[in-house]
Formats: sequence, structure tokens, C-alpha cells
Amino acid sequence: MKKWNELVPGAIILDAGNAVQFKTGSWRAFRPQWTEENCIHCLFCWIYCPDMAVKTEDGKMTGFDYDYCKGCGICARECPGKKGKKAIVMVEEGK
Amino acid sequence: MATPLKLKELSKKPDLLTHGHRMCAGCGAPIVVKMVLMASEYPLVASNATGCLEVSTCISEYTAWKIPWIHSAFENAAATISGVETMYRAWKKKGKITEKVKFIAFGGDGGTYDIGFQSLSGAMERGHDMVYICYDNGAYMNTGIQRSSATPRGADTTTSPVGSVVLGKIQRRKDLTRIMAAHNIPYVAQASPSHWLDLMKKVRKALDVDGPAFINILSPCNRGWRSKTDDAIALSKLAVETCYWPLYEIENGVTRITFKPKEKKPLEEFLKPQGRFKHMFAPGNEHLLKQLQEDIDMEWERLNKESSTEK
Ligand code: SF4
Ligand code: SF4
Repeated sequence: MKKWNELVPGAIILDAGNAVQFKTGSWRAFRPQWTEENCIHCLFCWIYCPDMAVKTEDGKMTGFDYDYCKGCGICARECPGKKGKKAIVMVEEGK
Repeated sequence: MATPLKLKELSKKPDLLTHGHRMCAGCGAPIVVKMVLMASEYPLVASNATGCLEVSTCISEYTAWKIPWIHSAFENAAATISGVETMYRAWKKKGKITEKVKFIAFGGDGGTYDIGFQSLSGAMERGHDMVYICYDNGAYMNTGIQRSSATPRGADTTTSPVGSVVLGKIQRRKDLTRIMAAHNIPYVAQASPSHWLDLMKKVRKALDVDGPAFINILSPCNRGWRSKTDDAIALSKLAVETCYWPLYEIENGVTRITFKPKEKKPLEEFLKPQGRFKHMFAPGNEHLLKQLQEDIDMEWERLNKESSTEK
């Protein structure tokens, strides 16, 4: 935390996106787990994640950013998976 | 060239709302905002009314926004951004800026339907080149689930609590989308994060308009709706499929329904997973359910009559 006299006058933040310094992953009680062979790379998990915690590379799902994932479970719920098998399941943390 | 509205292509764009924001797990609002920002092909400047989105994305000296963003108060997100847009036009005239920039105001239903309503109405009437995005979660969630004029009839909130005499909110919700259409602005729409492509198409249309535009977007809130953290998308989808939250647009006065459910689901399917409507399913309260279903049927029928082109 900065002291009051170290802040930019006018309550301006010059470092856009510096909220990334906050790791919200510690909020998580359940963790999404990805099974690559069931993934069709539809990217529904990525578009619906409220925390930008689904990682992609060149238009493909590559896993989760556990530093920020809050464990809401939306990705798992919306994942169509392959042949009725989900590519994402939620597992309890610490198990 | 515009990025095609395909997830594969969109995923290559940088996030303009970063992680590290402190919205609750499973909140609909950051999903709505990321989709809005992602759809844009223009550099954006945004204002934000006081509310969940504002307090949780900009805490102390930390911000989750990668675009210029301003918050001043609860009631004036539209007035604030209309001032910024006016400044931009003045600078453009003087040649101080050449780039084409677009302006967005974000507000929750409290900051839009109620507290910010007059400044929104004024900015729309003055014809600023701006888009107002309301993320409607149906109550003052940030301060502890107080009813707003967007809260649906019957919902249990801390200021319309369910007791032995009064059973949740008594009044019908305000139809803000229609009120904005009555401003005769070029573009007004209603969208839902479950239908991301429809939502992004609408954002692109709204931004391309040279003048004011308004989009009302449903934003599930698992804390206030008393639902599970993983059902924001499932519930917003049910809201559309039950016609609780129809997807439509009004472009230059012409109304068009942009998604018609193949079969209209009974409203219960949307209400049942939400604890705020639990009392409606108790024996003896069937009339509450019936009344809300009648409201929805009436509004859907009227929208169908008004809509011209959709088959
Ligand atoms: S939603 Fe499921 S199938 Fe689709 S990309 Fe994500 S993990 Fe893969
Ligand atoms: S559990 Fe929630 S926060 Fe974590 S990756 Fe899935 S959608 Fe994102």
C-alpha cells in the first residue's frame, strides 16, 4: 500500500490493469480440472469465465490460470465436452 | 479489418478488463463487460456509475481497466462521459486529436434505472456519440440486495422482504429498454451474456452509430438471486428462453426480435433455481407465479406485435 503522499494527485491510476497484482485464486474452494482429450476447443469456457482465468494459445484452450480462477464453476457447467464426457470438472481444493 | 466475431479469433485479442478484479466468483457483470470491450474495434473511453462493477474493478490505487476509465458518482455516469465526448469533439475540431474514439458509460440497474436516470435521459436527448451499457442484475446488490425499479415483481430483497403480509416486491419492474426507445435515439437493444454473439453484434451496431445508443444487458448475481455460483450463463439463457428477458433491438425506430425461442419455456424454469423467488413455490402462493407469468406473457405479446420483420 502506498502512503497518501505517494499517490498520484487527482486519484488517477497511471498503471492500467495493475489489478493483476491481486491474486484472487486464493478465494477458490473448488478447482476446475481439464481433461484435454475430451476438449473440442469450442472456447465456451474462455468466453464465459468472469475472471479471464482460462488460458488460450492460438485459438485453443490450454488450461487455467489458478492465480486468478475463483472456482465459480461456470466453465465446467458450460463445457459441452466430447461424446457426453465433460472436459472440465470441479474438484474440491485440498483433495 | 474488423476481427470476425468468432471465439477463435476473439481469443487472440488482449483482455481490456484484467483478472485480479474483486467481483464475486461467478458474477455476470465482468462477463458482460469483457464481451462489450472485446466486441469493439474502436479505442474506447469509459465512465462507470457507482456500483458493484465500479467498486470491485477499481480499488484504492489498483484498476482492472486497460482503457481510460472514469468514475465520479452514482448518478452521473452518462453526464460524465458526455462531457468527455464533448471535449473530444472540441479537440478534434482543433486538430489536437485525429483518431476515432468511442465512448461508453457502464452502470448497474441502480445507477441506470433509478439514480442515474435523469443524467442518462439528458445525455441521450442531447445526442452525444456514446453507448450506455446497463448491466441489470435487478437490485442494489453492492450495498446488500435492496430493491430497485428493475427488481422483478415478487422478488425477495432486503427492502422488499417476504413476510406474513407482504410477499416480496409488490410493484412491477420498470421497462427501461422501452423508455430509452421512446427517446427516439438511433439504436436501443436488449442482450444477454448467454447469447454472446447476439450481444457482440449489438455492441458493434451501437458503436458504429454516430449518436447515442443504449443496450440493456441481463447480468445474473448469484448473491442477490440466491443461486449457485456456476449458473450465471444457464440462468441468463433461461431468462431468454422463458421470454423473461427477450432479445431484441430497435434500430431507427424499427423493432426486431433477434432471437425467438423455438418453444417458450414456462417461467418457473427461470425462477426455481433462484432463492429470491422461493416463496412463490410455497402452497397458497400460486397467484404470485401466475401474476408474474401474465406480466411476461403480456410484454412478449406486445413486443411481437411491435416487431416488424421477424418471422
Ligand atoms: S468449454 Fe470444454 S470443450 Fe470447450 S474449449 Fe473449454 S474445455 Fe474445451
Ligand atoms: S471456475 Fe470460474 S473463474 Fe475459474 S476458470 Fe472456471 S469460469 Fe473461470
